Amino acid sequence: MTDTAAALPEDTVTDNEITSVLSSESRLRRIVTIYLPLAVFIIVLLFPFYWMGITTFKPDAELLDYKHNNPFWISSPTFQNIRKLLFDTDYPRWLWTTMLVAFGATFLSLLSSVLAAYALERLRFKGSGYVGLGIYMAYLVPPSILFIPLATVVFQMGLFDTPWALILTYPTFLIPFCTWLLIGYFKSIPYELEECALIDGASRLQILRRITLPLAVPGLISAGIFAFTLSWNEFIYALAFISSSENKTVPVAILTELVQGDVYQWGALMAGSLLGSLPVAIFYSFFVEYYVSSLTGAVKE
Amino acid sequence: MSTVDSKTVDALNWVAPKRDPGALGRLMDNKMFLVCVCLFPALGLLIVFLTYPLGLGIYLAFTDTQIGHAGEWVGLENFESLFQDRIFLNAVWWTVAYTFFATILKFGLGLWLALLLNHHVPFKSLIRAIILLPYIVPTVLSAIAFWWIYDPQFSIISYVLVDKLHWMEHYIDFLGTPWNARWSLIAANVWRGIPFVAITLLAGLQTISPSLYEAAMLDGASPWQRFRFVTRPLLMPILAIVMTFSVLFTFTDFQLVYAITRGGPINATHLMATLAFQRGIPGSHLGEGAAIAVAMIPFLILATVFSYFALGRRKWQQGSDND
Repeated sequence: MTDTAAALPEDTVTDNEITSVLSSESRLRRIVTIYLPLAVFIIVLLFPFYWMGITTFKPDAELLDYKHNNPFWISSPTFQNIRKLLFDTDYPRWLWTTMLVAFGATFLSLLSSVLAAYALERLRFKGSGYVGLGIYMAYLVPPSILFIPLATVVFQMGLFDTPWALILTYPTFLIPFCTWLLIGYFKSIPYELEECALIDGASRLQILRRITLPLAVPGLISAGIFAFTLSWNEFIYALAFISSSENKTVPVAILTELVQGDVYQWGALMAGSLLGSLPVAIFYSFFVEYYVSSLTGAVKE
Repeated sequence: MSTVDSKTVDALNWVAPKRDPGALGRLMDNKMFLVCVCLFPALGLLIVFLTYPLGLGIYLAFTDTQIGHAGEWVGLENFESLFQDRIFLNAVWWTVAYTFFATILKFGLGLWLALLLNHHVPFKSLIRAIILLPYIVPTVLSAIAFWWIYDPQFSIISYVLVDKLHWMEHYIDFLGTPWNARWSLIAANVWRGIPFVAITLLAGLQTISPSLYEAAMLDGASPWQRFRFVTRPLLMPILAIVMTFSVLFTFTDFQLVYAITRGGPINATHLMATLAFQRGIPGSHLGEGAAIAVAMIPFLILATVFSYFALGRRKWQQGSDND
């Protein structure tokens, strides 16, 4: 919220400047230079979701006939596609697996990141800078260059085609981000608080549990949301490490199980995409501010 | 005692429960031991599932490993055959071009959107939340929506251009010809990338002190001059970091191409990552796939070095109070 406050004075400056010109002209200019482009941006950014939603509820007859129907609207909406998806396919199962994997990976990453961030930021030790840099560098290794050797590692460990393959590998791209985010939060907590507790005879772990963590809750929420959405959206590991239909996650399952043959079931595909996007979208809508602050904070760090 | 705040009072009032420090307790208060315990989960996971596979991948690139068949060391053979391979060379060229065009468009449009949002507009935080949606939603799922939008027969874009506006004669075959498919992929990537760029750059814009603009205006600077001499230099450090990440993740992109074209038509849109997947996992030539993945590393190192210098510059600009 502080950032909107910071933006206000500057806006009044530009407003003053504009009102110094003829007011009617400046109003028009403002509409053309600000609101019009902004509206185009929003329409373009949202259109695929609108199209996804409207296709989901269209009956097949309307879907493939633009001559007699307005394609932008539905004259007789139907739940047929969603019903088909929920009852004729393994979709509920895929959703459940995705949820399980996302929560498992998020929990594991948060736990490891909290401990690592605490050690790096609070228990200053020789070489902590190098360890921190190492963790940061891990963020720069993209999954696309790791999945082939990682597939062999997962196979050798006997985890291939189990949810554990994903729960254990997702933290590799979650931990670096979460650790850096949490280090930033821990930095903002005065060290004197911990010193007081230390003098009172608290052990280090008690300090972490009773003083540092409660004060770092916003950071934990940000890191948790970020980790959850990233694990929900992950694709390449889930595609490479899971082979049986019932263990697939939603993004992979829709692409590999619902796309069959040459005639695509667009209604069902869009229904699957919509339902697969909704959980993250809802989750995100509750914590938008945390999400935005973690996204921007991570870049500013 | 009068100067401490309420939190400190809470901490001061908190009394450690009486306990008998057992052997474990004393061990926990040994700082070096505690450091090791705290770092173990994170470093353990990263070493086993990141560092080791990275090394293993580089090793695999020099072997002829296949799925279910341990390979032997073949030296540079994989790379030699790849450099004769037109599909691979095309993938390298296309990966670079894709990253280049997508990055330029993403940053041009993203910066524009950030500048628009930096004005005083109503429902700003709602707009900001809506704009991030493409970034939140699973890429593959929005890619499927794009696939449907790019359908040769039922594309809504073709419908509007041909049947409504009568600007064109025929429906566009978005994914049927190499160049159409390439631009379609770039458009989808830009659509997905704009929110991240816009929101992070907006955060950067909001850190710029309004007094600088006031001073510039008093000196009679035009809007363009204010952008050129105030916004641009102060936004540069954050822009450099965001761009490094954006380039890194666009270069190694996999999902969009895999979902929309699967490398087709006739391998024209294979990125290095999708080609590595196709050769390595369904094609079962793990060694060759690993070699393609390893060939991406030099490009990634370039991007990282760029990031390192950008960070260094930021520290220098801010002075010593950064840390």
